Amino acid sequence: MQDYYEIRWHGRGGQGAITAAKILAQAAYLEGYQGVTAAPSFGAERRGAPISASTRIGRQTIMVVSQIENPNVVVVLDHTLLKYDEVTSGLIRGGWLIVNSWRHPKELDVPGDFNIATADATRVCSDLGLVVAGVTVVNTAILGSFVRATEAVSMSNIEKAIRGRFSDSQAGINLAAIAQTYEMTRLERRG
Amino acid sequence: MGTRDCQHICAESSPAIGEAGKTGEWRDSFPVIDPEKCVVARQNKPACFLCWLYCPDAVITKTVPIQIDMEYCKGCGICAQICPAHAISMIREQ
Amino acid sequence: MAEKGSTRILDGNNAAAQGAKLSRVQVIAAYPITPQSPVTEKLSEFVEKGELDAQYVAVESEHSALAVCTSASTVGARAFTASSSHGLAYMHEMLHWAAGARLPVFLACVNRAIGAPWNVLNDQQDSISQRDTGWIQIYARNNQEILDSIIQAYRIAESVYVPVMVCYDGFVLSHTEMPVNLPSQEDVDRFLPPYKPHTILDPANPRNYNLVTFANPRVNAEGVLCHGYMELRYLLQEALQNSRETIIKVGQEFGEAFGRTYSSTLWANRLDDANTVIVAMGSLVMEATVAADILREAGHKVGVLGLRVFRPFPKADVVKALEKSRLIVVFDKNISYGLEGATCSEIKSALYGSSVRAVIRNFIVGLGGRDVKARELVDAVNRSLLSAKEDDLTREYPEWICAI
Repeated sequence: MQDYYEIRWHGRGGQGAITAAKILAQAAYLEGYQGVTAAPSFGAERRGAPISASTRIGRQTIMVVSQIENPNVVVVLDHTLLKYDEVTSGLIRGGWLIVNSWRHPKELDVPGDFNIATADATRVCSDLGLVVAGVTVVNTAILGSFVRATEAVSMSNIEKAIRGRFSDSQAGINLAAIAQTYEMTRLERRG
Repeated sequence: MGTRDCQHICAESSPAIGEAGKTGEWRDSFPVIDPEKCVVARQNKPACFLCWLYCPDAVITKTVPIQIDMEYCKGCGICAQICPAHAISMIREQ
Repeated sequence: MAEKGSTRILDGNNAAAQGAKLSRVQVIAAYPITPQSPVTEKLSEFVEKGELDAQYVAVESEHSALAVCTSASTVGARAFTASSSHGLAYMHEMLHWAAGARLPVFLACVNRAIGAPWNVLNDQQDSISQRDTGWIQIYARNNQEILDSIIQAYRIAESVYVPVMVCYDGFVLSHTEMPVNLPSQEDVDRFLPPYKPHTILDPANPRNYNLVTFANPRVNAEGVLCHGYMELRYLLQEALQNSRETIIKVGQEFGEAFGRTYSSTLWANRLDDANTVIVAMGSLVMEATVAADILREAGHKVGVLGLRVFRPFPKADVVKALEKSRLIVVFDKNISYGLEGATCSEIKSALYGSSVRAVIRNFIVGLGGRDVKARELVDAVNRSLLSAKEDDLTREYPEWICAI
């Protein structure tokens, strides 16, 4: 656990990257971090287009309002986005690249001196029926990988944040997805 | 003495007759009603009243007979135009 | 005093809606526009669910939105509207009207650039363009200040009978979530008494309001000498001149009631020993403090002056805050074309005739959503330090932080 995290989320419009950024901020606040912010990449919402979001977590009030340049953590909801250079741009040495992918971190073929975690969140969510308007929603599940890799927040505070946002039945299925994804996350340390 | 004593902070007033002054002074011609032709006067009962309805300055009464407040009548001549009995003539001020 | 109430993670628009709800607004009329839309959505939801006892008036334009609010305010209702950019520009005529009629209407301005070309992102050109309409303008640095400023704004507006605009940066605050303390309704009710209008439309005592008013004073039908147009303009200016005192008093009382004090028209950060001062407004003040920390580490005595209140412009407070400065670097998210950034002009104007003899540099930044990073502010201050000479107090035109 560190005192300050800058997390950048990459997904496609509609996959829930912004919601994930917000849930993490909520969980971090419950964890005792006094400073948290969660923001979308600013501009028009576009379903399917590559989008990003950000979460800042700190012990003190966050004073930085500009966009993240050097994230500690990059979370990728859709591994097809890895072809874009900006996804891993600025990711610090020893930071975490967390990818929703069936591949092992070693097979991702992403150069850099950061650590990589992968989990097949799409399969987990598909099996659990976590599908909204035809899209398998992996945004909450990938939080399991985030917790496993960074240990920045506890699973119990993730659970509280999820329960605060969703109805009981929705929360249950999302929490199951998070727990399963946590378990199946594979870590590759190289930073 | 300045204007503070009015104690207003925005423009305001009580609605009152003559807020814009005696508008009858603006007139260059005035209406005259011929009782031989006026429907109200001839029938001696409430009727027609189109002049009352159309007067933009509300200076014509809805009474039997009709009366016009010459202090505020601007002499626009709408009453003369609208009167179906052609009972109103506009006469030039001297 | 410790904070009371409950803390939630809210974006700026939600904070604004919660502030309106806690202020028990009675009439809401707003037309949606990015990035303000979620304010209108949230408030209509409150009304629809019965959580807020207010009339939500759907209108066809921003001009009508403010027309509804001025009418509602005239008959004694606490009115709320919100807009951005082109929407605010479209309200321009009614902004003058609300101030001239001395109606304590509230407007949340979610700061956005104005076209052409089209741009939905943040700068402060929209509200700066409305600075001469006679509204009090308060700028928020973060989402807590949005909520707190709205509650204070109604107290201020309803005391001095001047409309208040609280401005906050689009997306940077409006769409960014952060912890916000929500005071309890009971505490807000104690702080904010019901609105007492100076106007009231009463059939038993009919009044004409804002009627045709001539150049010179005039005796009315009751024989009372009444203001001409110019006397009314003077009274509006006088009300703004005197409103500073009310703004500070309300801010102090807010602190006593809620534990967050707003006892100045300015935000001062590390100014005590600073000879170099960064001046900014809105969320940029936050980023500027990060820049100042970096410059301090490099050995420069740098502080930050944030303008919380832009109208009335706190001239005396600014002079006092800048007393010890030798270099003032003003960052503007707006431009008065053909001259310089508006806040820079105001700072220079405030310093005229004072003992402060500082070099002033102006940078135009962040227009149309261009990201403004602390390191860019640091670079600009470093460049200014190098160029700062007594015989070069000011430059004719500002520098721009962009790629041209």
